[in-house]
Amino acid sequence: MPDPDREPNNRSRKVDVDNSTSTSSGWILRGGRVVDRSGDRVADVAIAADGTVAAVGLDLDAAGLGLADAPVLDVTGCIVAPGLVDIHTHLREPGREEAETIESGSRAAALGGFTAIVAMPNTEPTIDSAAVVRQVQSAGMAAGLCDVRVSGAITVGREGKALSPMAEMADLGVRMFTDDGCGVQDDRLMRRALEYSSGLSVPVTLAQHCEVEALSEGGHMHEGEWSSRLGIPGIPAEAEELMVFRDIALARLTGARVHFQHLSTAGAVELVRQAKARGLPVTSEATPHHFTLTHAEVASYDPVFKVNPPLRTADDVAAVKAGLADGTIDAIATDHAPHTAEVKEAPFDHAPCGMLGLETALALGVTELVEPGILTMTQLLAAMSWQPAEIAGIADIHGLPIETGSPAHLVVFDPTEEWTVDPSELASLSANTPYAGRTLRGKVRHTMLCGVPTVLDGKAQR
Amino acid sequence: MTRVVANPRHGDLRNLLSVADLGPDVASGINRVLTLTDSFVEVSERAIPKVPALKGRTVVSLFFEDSTRTRLSFETAAKRLSADTMNFSVGTSSVKKGESLRDTIETIEAMGVDAIVVRHASAGVPLQIAQWANSAVINAGDGWHEHPTQALLDCYTIRQNLGDLAGRQIAIVGDIRHSRVARSNVAAFSALGAEVTLVAPPTLLPPSLEGWPVKVSHDLDSVLANTDVCYLLRMQRERMTEALIPSLREYTATYGLTERRADLLPGHALVMHPGPMNRGVEIAANVADRPNAVVIDQVRNGVAVRMAVLFLLLGSGIEWGGEIDA
Repeated sequence: MPDPDREPNNRSRKVDVDNSTSTSSGWILRGGRVVDRSGDRVADVAIAADGTVAAVGLDLDAAGLGLADAPVLDVTGCIVAPGLVDIHTHLREPGREEAETIESGSRAAALGGFTAIVAMPNTEPTIDSAAVVRQVQSAGMAAGLCDVRVSGAITVGREGKALSPMAEMADLGVRMFTDDGCGVQDDRLMRRALEYSSGLSVPVTLAQHCEVEALSEGGHMHEGEWSSRLGIPGIPAEAEELMVFRDIALARLTGARVHFQHLSTAGAVELVRQAKARGLPVTSEATPHHFTLTHAEVASYDPVFKVNPPLRTADDVAAVKAGLADGTIDAIATDHAPHTAEVKEAPFDHAPCGMLGLETALALGVTELVEPGILTMTQLLAAMSWQPAEIAGIADIHGLPIETGSPAHLVVFDPTEEWTVDPSELASLSANTPYAGRTLRGKVRHTMLCGVPTVLDGKAQR
Repeated sequence: MTRVVANPRHGDLRNLLSVADLGPDVASGINRVLTLTDSFVEVSERAIPKVPALKGRTVVSLFFEDSTRTRLSFETAAKRLSADTMNFSVGTSSVKKGESLRDTIETIEAMGVDAIVVRHASAGVPLQIAQWANSAVINAGDGWHEHPTQALLDCYTIRQNLGDLAGRQIAIVGDIRHSRVARSNVAAFSALGAEVTLVAPPTLLPPSLEGWPVKVSHDLDSVLANTDVCYLLRMQRERMTEALIPSLREYTATYGLTERRADLLPGHALVMHPGPMNRGVEIAANVADRPNAVVIDQVRNGVAVRMAVLFLLLGSGIEWGGEIDA
């Protein structure tokens, strides 16, 4: 876990969204169950006009707080929690705006209960320079639906050959670097990247997509029972595990922090568990699809189930759940990866990898993890809010306890409401959700960013 | 997108995408095709081997991957049933040029066809096409996945020569990993009660054989004496560059059906190959010419089996009694 006390620079102290068009008289949330890192209790939450939490408590006196004119939302039966934080979002802009834009992705995030997302750098052009960082940051601010944070590439063009200008990007507030979409293959280059990153003026985290290409190349699904039966070239679990193993060794060698993205195999979870037991500075995330779906889904040959890392076995799904339960896996990250129908309606081995995730992640967490008793609601929200906020280096303003003075980044959701996933109703420009027709429990009612609703009664506000 | 799903066909078999499609009871599904094949073999032996059974029906062959032999076999079968045939020949590059698979299918269907015979280098494409198409889809080979009519013609050829497959020992030798023929044949042979042994180096076996009703051997010599059918697969040269085998020479030495090995087979045993053969690699040249090598029978039966499949899919439920004269 990153050090929560580390000093953020001034840049990340404020939320970079443009709320100038909104005028607020504050809000009162009545009767919800407030869950944050400091506890779980029934309380009203009063939000001041300046976007901070004015008070938390039973039967709050709005007039006494100077919020007599504030609209009241009855949130009885709902959970009020710090806004969710996704540290693994593909927004596709710049370059693939037909699949998703920063605005449409931010809207999907808000509807999913997120108040902060970290945009992955595998855009066209790659986010590997100050110019592209600024472009994504300003488009995120203009959309004003979510705090869009930017991750930068570890290597120029994500080509795995030369280090990208990390200091230049860190100066603009970039706190996470990754070549996501592929891992840094070269052992020496990864070592240098870790060493170099640990000397920057601000703490940053290198995040790795763990996949040894020599073993995975040409593969399109998990190698095993189903790939053998279906005649699809496979990607062995070991392709992921070898790189996890290497990066644990490099974390030990360099002392630098390593974050493991989308763990998908039982072996990888176990390696991270052992590294944490030895006190190494590693963190990890898992996606909803890797705790929900298995490689058996590919029997349909529907490329909506093609994703990287691939859907694995039932044993791997169980290991990911166990990793979440015992804290080996710190965060649930969506790996939201929009693709248009045109490119997804291809032969399985020609289709690109990736599936939507922002609008279904919380409900999958409730349905697959909390309802069966694998995680408590507090553990789920820890993995979706304050823990990822720490990994992303934004814990100074995201995932904070809901208490007087903290910024009102909030999600309000009904943990019992059932809904059926309809791809055509999602806010994403793409429809490649693998959960079409699935009934899930847990529905976002309201999302507040700096005290301003981005989502109200399940509807995006802009 | 709304599309009208009107099935113009009346048979219970809508598509043939895999051996498992032949019915909940795969064995009786296969036997139904084989029984029907008997009467089409008889038609094929006539002076004018043509019947009007599918007159007015249109069968299109849609081959994204070259296979002159399989395409000719299907087209001959369709013509002997008096169906009209069309050939939509596309290189894999046309997909890259921009036309999506779905657009290709909608284009073809707009021309009014009853069956699409599809060959594609990617596993699963026939299944994807079947979800968009109103016409019957027949898998003529998809990647490493399946080639169900090959399995049917192989079953027919074995039954023709040796009778019932039940209890027969069948060795499938060679590159199982990359073979659609092997996947379909394992399903069909075992459904009919044969005992299948896969003989290959570990690098040419699928990564997992979980759920496969087979035995495995890496020693061809020890298998041959107790084999009724020795089924050889084509060994492709590119397997060497993928480090799956050291050399074709070593492959031939360890897994090739040399003359010495062919002599280990019982006298009644058949030698089979889906073609095209690499003489001197997986099969010695003169072993391929021995009387128990039934490769040409396989090709001949292929036409009759494909007539049976087309008739079952497009025959509007007419009972075929073999009575229809040209």
